[in-house]
Amino acid sequence: MSDPVPLTTDHPGQVASATPPAPGGSRRLSDRWLAVAFISPALLLLLAMSVFPLLWALYLSFTDYSATRGGAAHFVWFENYTAILTSAQVHLRALTTLIYVVGAVVLQTVLGFTIAYLISRRTHGRGLLTTLFLVPMMLSPVVVGLFWRFMLDAQFGVINSMLGSLGLEQVEWLTRQRTALFSLIVVDTWQWTPFIMLIALAGLTAVPKYLYEAASIDRASEWFRFRTITLPLVWPLLLIAVLFRAIEAFRLFDLVYILTSGGPGVSTETLSFHVYKVAFLGFNTGTASAYGILMVLIVIVLTQLYLRYLNKLKED
Amino acid sequence: MAISVDEAVSTGPARDHTPPARRFGGRGRAVLEVALLAVLAVVMLFPVLWMIETSIKENRDVYAIPAKFFGFKVTLDHFKDVFVASGGGRSALSAAFLNSVVVAGVSTALATVLGVPAAWAYSRFSVKAKKDQLFFILSTRFMPPVVVVIPIFLMYRQVGLIDNKLGLILIYTAFNVPFTIWMMKGFVDEVPAEYEDAAMLDGYTRLQAFWRFTLPLLLPGIAATAVFALIFSWNEFVFAIFLTSSDSVRTAPPAIAGLIGGTTVDWGLVAAASIVFALPVLVFAYLVRKHLVAGVTLGAVRR
Repeated sequence: MSDPVPLTTDHPGQVASATPPAPGGSRRLSDRWLAVAFISPALLLLLAMSVFPLLWALYLSFTDYSATRGGAAHFVWFENYTAILTSAQVHLRALTTLIYVVGAVVLQTVLGFTIAYLISRRTHGRGLLTTLFLVPMMLSPVVVGLFWRFMLDAQFGVINSMLGSLGLEQVEWLTRQRTALFSLIVVDTWQWTPFIMLIALAGLTAVPKYLYEAASIDRASEWFRFRTITLPLVWPLLLIAVLFRAIEAFRLFDLVYILTSGGPGVSTETLSFHVYKVAFLGFNTGTASAYGILMVLIVIVLTQLYLRYLNKLKED
Repeated sequence: MAISVDEAVSTGPARDHTPPARRFGGRGRAVLEVALLAVLAVVMLFPVLWMIETSIKENRDVYAIPAKFFGFKVTLDHFKDVFVASGGGRSALSAAFLNSVVVAGVSTALATVLGVPAAWAYSRFSVKAKKDQLFFILSTRFMPPVVVVIPIFLMYRQVGLIDNKLGLILIYTAFNVPFTIWMMKGFVDEVPAEYEDAAMLDGYTRLQAFWRFTLPLLLPGIAATAVFALIFSWNEFVFAIFLTSSDSVRTAPPAIAGLIGGTTVDWGLVAAASIVFALPVLVFAYLVRKHLVAGVTLGAVRR
């Protein structure tokens, strides 16, 4: 055993019992002090690096400040906000983002759940299969974006090469308006299907076996078992995974930047990418801040939803 | 208890619910399911295999039309190019890898030092509005990086942290602290508070009880949490590209992305650099596979 502190020497029990009322009170006090000492550094860092910047952005969003022009910022109140909310450009990006988020999340949920369901029915090689399926998720979006860009290349990309050998027509995946957004959805699905799979698998293996046994005694059909046992029990966890993915997809920037840079035209410009263009290419810092604050509001709503479901899941 | 891949994959014998009469149909279905699983596995893994193939092909085979799947000459030149500059000496990419190691390592260490005590305090003490505080902490992690980077950029410009490793380390620490707190709180919750109570009856102070008895039990959890934080910082791209520019500061993700900036792209080099970059992540992820569910949901989901 390790040495006790010098003060308590040989008879720690006696020391504690010698002063009956004191330990409770002083301990609670020192506990409070400890809690503050342990929590505040982390909170201070978050205040400095997350909250303060957002407050600054909030302030800038009411001004016409430009990062390059410099000079004093003039208050324009809600001009930036009305400009963004009424801009047809922004509406177009919102639609693109919506298509992208819904398309990618639905695809990866269906695929991820299917894979998880198939894996959960296997007895052998589950560990190896799961590990292999998880690889895309751990890669950096930079690596994923670059690599798919090469594979989808119209000239010497392997996808078109395979289409060619099957006698199919070549597709300009990343340089045609309609296919570019589709490609973006496919690549995101490729990377994040494992995420849904992982969480669905966790849910599926947590379903108590006796439920299935009871159902099979009742000669319930496979579909009936799936619909009345599996799905209701896995759904809460799956919903959390879906919401998590939706938030992430809404925030996504790097994949767009690498894969298409928003092009061709503006067909793959999501809201994230548009904010970047307004802020760093247009240098309208005030407008970009207002744009960003609006995005933050959406993220906060989604996060609240996510946390509420998470809380519900934990209480069950 | 956190559900782990290992647990998820090692649950006993097959559930055989099929009544005898339907056995034959069941077997046909099993074959179909295995086939479907195999096809999905091939689709999911093909890009990774293709990346590996590209990295060991000679340039003329990389651009071959139709694509060469087999029978190409194997070369390790691309991997050499990742580390060695064309004129000899260290390449810009290898410097970027070194920067990544420093930035990811230091920010992970800082996030651990700040996050673990906070997680312990949240787990053990009754803090005012604890739930709200924890939710606030997690929600800072969900902020869109492109939005946060605008004021951070202005802030850093004021204090001279643009194109500075310290600037990146600070922002990565701030992004990893919420994760560390949420992930570690789960681990601390699993260690009974009674251990500390017993130690305190023996005359230790609360702090000593934490340091001598709880902390050693938390080490595996801390290691797993740190590995995830390391992966997040290692893979991060948005802050890196906006807050750094010079070769001596730039981390690997923007450096690798920079390879496709020119008129001609050396895809063999891109593939080799991507593999060198991704390999440590895959190794680390394999080491913490037991905690993957908790890790990838930022410590939120664990049962």
